[in-house]
Amino acid sequence: MSATDIHDPNRRDFLYVATGMAAVVGAGAVAWPFIDQMRPDASTLALASVEVDVSSLQPGSSLVVKWRGKPVVVRNRTEKEMKDGAAVNLADLKDPIARNANLPSDAPATDANRTTPGKEAWMVMVQVCTHLGCIPLGQEGDFGGWFCPCHGSQYDTAGRIRKGPAPENMAIPVFKFISDTKILIG
Amino acid sequence: MSEGHSTYTPKTGIERWFDARMPLPRLVHDSFVAYPVPRNLNYMWTFGGILSIMLAAQILTGIVLAMHYTSDTNLAFDSVEKIMRDVNSGWLLRYLHSNGASFFFVAVYIHIFRGLFYGSYKAPRELLWILGCIIYLLMMATGFMGYVLPWGQMSFWGATVITGFFSAIPLVGNWIQELLLGGFAVDNPTLNRFFALHYLLPFMIAGVVVLHIWALHVVGQSNPTGIEVKSKTDTVAFTPYATIKDAFGMIVFLFVFAYFVFYLPNFLGHPDNYTVANPLKTPAHIVPEWYFLPFYAILRAITFNIGPINSKLGGVLCMFGAIAMLFLVPWLDTSKVRSAVYRPWYKLFFWLFVADAILLGWLGSQPAEGSYVFMAQMATLFYFAFFLVIMPVLGLIETPRRLPNSITEAVLEKKKGGSGHPARAAAAPETTG
Repeated sequence: MSATDIHDPNRRDFLYVATGMAAVVGAGAVAWPFIDQMRPDASTLALASVEVDVSSLQPGSSLVVKWRGKPVVVRNRTEKEMKDGAAVNLADLKDPIARNANLPSDAPATDANRTTPGKEAWMVMVQVCTHLGCIPLGQEGDFGGWFCPCHGSQYDTAGRIRKGPAPENMAIPVFKFISDTKILIG
Repeated sequence: MSEGHSTYTPKTGIERWFDARMPLPRLVHDSFVAYPVPRNLNYMWTFGGILSIMLAAQILTGIVLAMHYTSDTNLAFDSVEKIMRDVNSGWLLRYLHSNGASFFFVAVYIHIFRGLFYGSYKAPRELLWILGCIIYLLMMATGFMGYVLPWGQMSFWGATVITGFFSAIPLVGNWIQELLLGGFAVDNPTLNRFFALHYLLPFMIAGVVVLHIWALHVVGQSNPTGIEVKSKTDTVAFTPYATIKDAFGMIVFLFVFAYFVFYLPNFLGHPDNYTVANPLKTPAHIVPEWYFLPFYAILRAITFNIGPINSKLGGVLCMFGAIAMLFLVPWLDTSKVRSAVYRPWYKLFFWLFVADAILLGWLGSQPAEGSYVFMAQMATLFYFAFFLVIMPVLGLIETPRRLPNSITEAVLEKKKGGSGHPARAAAAPETTG
């Protein structure tokens, strides 16, 4: 070690650092389009909303529509299903959050918060298991709601996770009743 | 062993001309003709060669299949049926490719278990082992994406479940999942990119295979005794000894492979994959290809939250952790003795581990309910205990059997003990070198 090894930064050091920085920024700028092209494209994002006619749904029946490549279930719940859903103690829930896109993100997962005011019989829900994306079967399992055949997750009549590996309640998409018999999803 | 100087002598003018400019014939001669291999290698050591020809066969059949396949969600399923019915010899090429993938994994699992039994991962072969683990990871990615291409029900739902793993990552999970899928669910963009990557990855595997063989030729092959080569009498020349042994192993292996291709072509597949993909209906029972089943069982075994980690993330972490264990093996095993032949306790636990892996595979094929879940949890516990507890602890407390002084001594001892009459090889001087 000699004293000449330690020196004040000079013009050459500055040029080295500046060149290195330019190379890093340049490499990042070139890499970004290659990552960016992987993201959902404009035509995929354009599939925004669907309108559903639910006039044919009697209590106890449901229909499924495809929205953004995923199935959305619309279910007209029976009296018993509503009662079962409302009777659940919030402390028993694995996921206490409503997961309702129409409500604040911290709304508790009460039966009412899983539906829309004045239309408590109606469940509108992305019927995709929050575990690994399978489609649960309706009106099956220990809680009379949904049962995922892939890895055994069980949901209650309000689509809330009760048992099995799934971490969250099934998602409720943005939707509204545009008339008594028509729902707009998205 | 590569330290030994080259024994290649160019004989013809053309060979001399090449040798002075680009010594490729010398490289081939030194690597596959004169290359010294331990004289006691058994048939477990033929799987490296078998894997090489399986990779070549997969690339070859894959390239010609790609000439007839269409990666569009509306056409993919039909184009595969067209290969089966209309394309000349298409049925054969597709069955060779789909069963070839399975037999590729059969061979790689035997190769990995061989390494675990004989301690082939120990110094100085850690990097060789890790390169092998990387090849295995690439193989899994390739196999998974290839299974999506026929666009059947299992293709679609397998892809949905496996890309769903990434949504378990906190904060950026959904962004990564959408990046992989190119949408909000598995769809046309997903199929297209999987096809492109399925075509690319085998060539990356071939690249890592070159590194794997390079590393092998620097440190030399291990052998059933786990004792390093010490003298010239411990080795034989690659050609003809290893060449012929490898060739015989390949023929037997390809014989079994051909039996499946011609007589049981769909035995290792799933009938649901002959139903076209339907995004609105999940099959009653999703199972991945058989070679992923042990990891699938581990994924499903985590049905409970572990502190701040929810069950979903926990399952995904355990599944990837199960593969990560392999990377750590060189440092988890504390024993100074390589081969399980001289380690009675390790040998016992090794076979328990093999049984555990098979049990996990079977559990992965069963529905995730009732007692299966508990069994999968116990089998998962043993899987991790084998690597994280048994391997480090056994190395410290186990008393290994006496090791022979050299490979030659081990071979001659075995000959004496085995056949009763003195072997001719016993006349060979043991003090050479």
